[in-house]
Amino acid sequence: MATEPAPAPSDQSIENTLSDQELLTAAPEVLANSLSEYLRAWGQRIRNGESGAMPVIVGLVLIMVFFEAENSSFLHAGDIVNMLVESTIYVMIGAAEIFILLLSEIDLSLGFGAGVGAMVVAELIAPPVDFPWWLGILSGMVVVGALGALQGSLVSRIGLPSFVVTLGGQLAFQGLLLVVANADSSTVGGTVQIDPSSPVYKLVNSTMSTGLSWGVMIAAVALFAAASLWKTRARRSRGLTTPPLGVTGITIVGAFVGGVALELICDANKPVEGMPWVFPFVLVVLAFYSWLLSRTRIGRYIYAVGASPEAARRAGINVKWVVTFAFIMAGITACLAGVIYESSSGSMSIDINGGQLVLFAVATAVIGGTSLFGGRGKIFNALLGGVVIAVVYNGLSIMGAGAAAEDIAVAVVLILAVTLDALVRRRSTTR
Amino acid sequence: MSTMESSDVTPLLSLRGITKRFGPVQALSDVNLDIAAGKVTALIGDNGAGKSSLIKTIAGLWAPDRGDIIWEGVPRHLHGPRDAEGLGIKTIYQDLALCDNLDIVANMFLGHEELSHHLLDEAKMELAARQTLKELSVTTVKSVRQPVASLSGGQRQSVAVAKALLSQAKLVVMDEPTAALGVAQTRMVLDTIKTLAGRGVAVLVISHNLNDVFEVADRIACLYLGNMVIQGPASDFNRQNAVEYMTTGTAGQAVASA
Repeated sequence: MATEPAPAPSDQSIENTLSDQELLTAAPEVLANSLSEYLRAWGQRIRNGESGAMPVIVGLVLIMVFFEAENSSFLHAGDIVNMLVESTIYVMIGAAEIFILLLSEIDLSLGFGAGVGAMVVAELIAPPVDFPWWLGILSGMVVVGALGALQGSLVSRIGLPSFVVTLGGQLAFQGLLLVVANADSSTVGGTVQIDPSSPVYKLVNSTMSTGLSWGVMIAAVALFAAASLWKTRARRSRGLTTPPLGVTGITIVGAFVGGVALELICDANKPVEGMPWVFPFVLVVLAFYSWLLSRTRIGRYIYAVGASPEAARRAGINVKWVVTFAFIMAGITACLAGVIYESSSGSMSIDINGGQLVLFAVATAVIGGTSLFGGRGKIFNALLGGVVIAVVYNGLSIMGAGAAAEDIAVAVVLILAVTLDALVRRRSTTR
Repeated sequence: MSTMESSDVTPLLSLRGITKRFGPVQALSDVNLDIAAGKVTALIGDNGAGKSSLIKTIAGLWAPDRGDIIWEGVPRHLHGPRDAEGLGIKTIYQDLALCDNLDIVANMFLGHEELSHHLLDEAKMELAARQTLKELSVTTVKSVRQPVASLSGGQRQSVAVAKALLSQAKLVVMDEPTAALGVAQTRMVLDTIKTLAGRGVAVLVISHNLNDVFEVADRIACLYLGNMVIQGPASDFNRQNAVEYMTTGTAGQAVASA
């Protein structure tokens, strides 16, 4: 009855042309056997309107050219460094939102979550408590992580819509921020100063020496290169799927060029020089999250639940815990964003605009290519999204466009990104 | 009416007197069914005949009101899908329960990932996934690292079957596996089913499509209004009496006497 097993497929027996369906959905490095095939597949994908980060990068370049043409002071090294520093807040809170969006949920409370976390940290590291900086930050992360656990439990265990839970959370955390601020009698007018000698202050306001910056950058790129080459070699020796060597090479060279460019810009930023500590800080956090999402079970499950909670449940995954975990991670990350926020202002105040901040979080994530429909997105793309927002804000403010235009422009960019997301989704679901 | 031909081997799964009621609706009444290892059993019947109720009983989604589920000669109570899976019963529903965004390897191991040092062991999983697909003679997928969204309907079905095989299933229940497929895709799924049975796995296929049924089934069982009206070797059936059993619960030239 059973048919003879077909002869082992040789490469020739498999059709070498890639179907539209495959081009639309599979990453080129999965299907390509050589660099030229990779480039062909990639070009085809762009023509099919599924191009990953490409539209964002093109858009970013266009926006920057536009601002530079409007005002030639836009691309000054100092402004670029400031802009990148500003973007780190968006990147961090955007990364927080990505954990939630991957589940096809949303968290509207992250802005004030960041506020609560920052206030807790600010008060704990200041007199009279005088915690060491790391204990202060850790405590803040625990507090906001617990708030995330509470919201996540309401969403996953009672089945409430995350939109409503976190909308309530937004208001509640704003209230909580006041409570925390009032708990400390030394708070003056709702503001706590950050001691300039504290690492929390130095995070944004102090730079690594030029030598250290270069050393760290080169070490990081070398580590990345060694890791990816080693992995490729190990996989190839076992006959496993590997991206073409050329692609790995280009990625490594790209990382190196980007690193050098960043160093040169930071060095040109006289008289400061060197890289602000916040850059490596953000990169290390993102690298950790990226590792978490791609190498661990819980990370895989976040993607699975985001695509199909039903399939995940049937596979025996504890969906409730996965959702709660993502909310905890989002809370912890929001606290880190709050730390960057208070570091850049040198103080923490109850005036933090948490409502706007959370919109930036969503915008950062979505502009960076995270889908609102769940299951699609990479944590590192928050970098792109955050930079786009910072560029739009800074460009318009250098042009003197005024706060109204700045807000509207960011909103337009957000809506554009969501539209792109919806279109891509529609293309991939109509088969 | 149902024939119970004596067999010298214990069936892998025997249902005896399975009865299930939903309020006034008698979904299943006194159903007997034997499923043998290494054979494809087709469960046919018109809409509302009780096919879905029966597979949900086997999958452990609900307990029958009366009757015994006998697995490898031992009566069992299934308190949930986990119990059924624990025994080695894997049900593939029509929606397949795959995650479109994950690749073939990730889908096949979802919920049962191989770990080394608490981290995903991608190499081990990829090799095992490839091996399993090869055993099923699935040769049309280009890379096991493709996301499932890029696969055709037949390939997705194959991934679901491979997932079942990987979980060491002894009985694979497939609900309308060819319902939404074209000719070539159907061909591919039917071949997969045969290969699966050839490996000693019992397969229970629910289908409307008699062409498919006659192509793959070793045994055929027909439900009519919640009753098992007949079951027997596929050679006892032809297109005409199968349709009659499905639509009227009986056949002009009684096959049962054969």
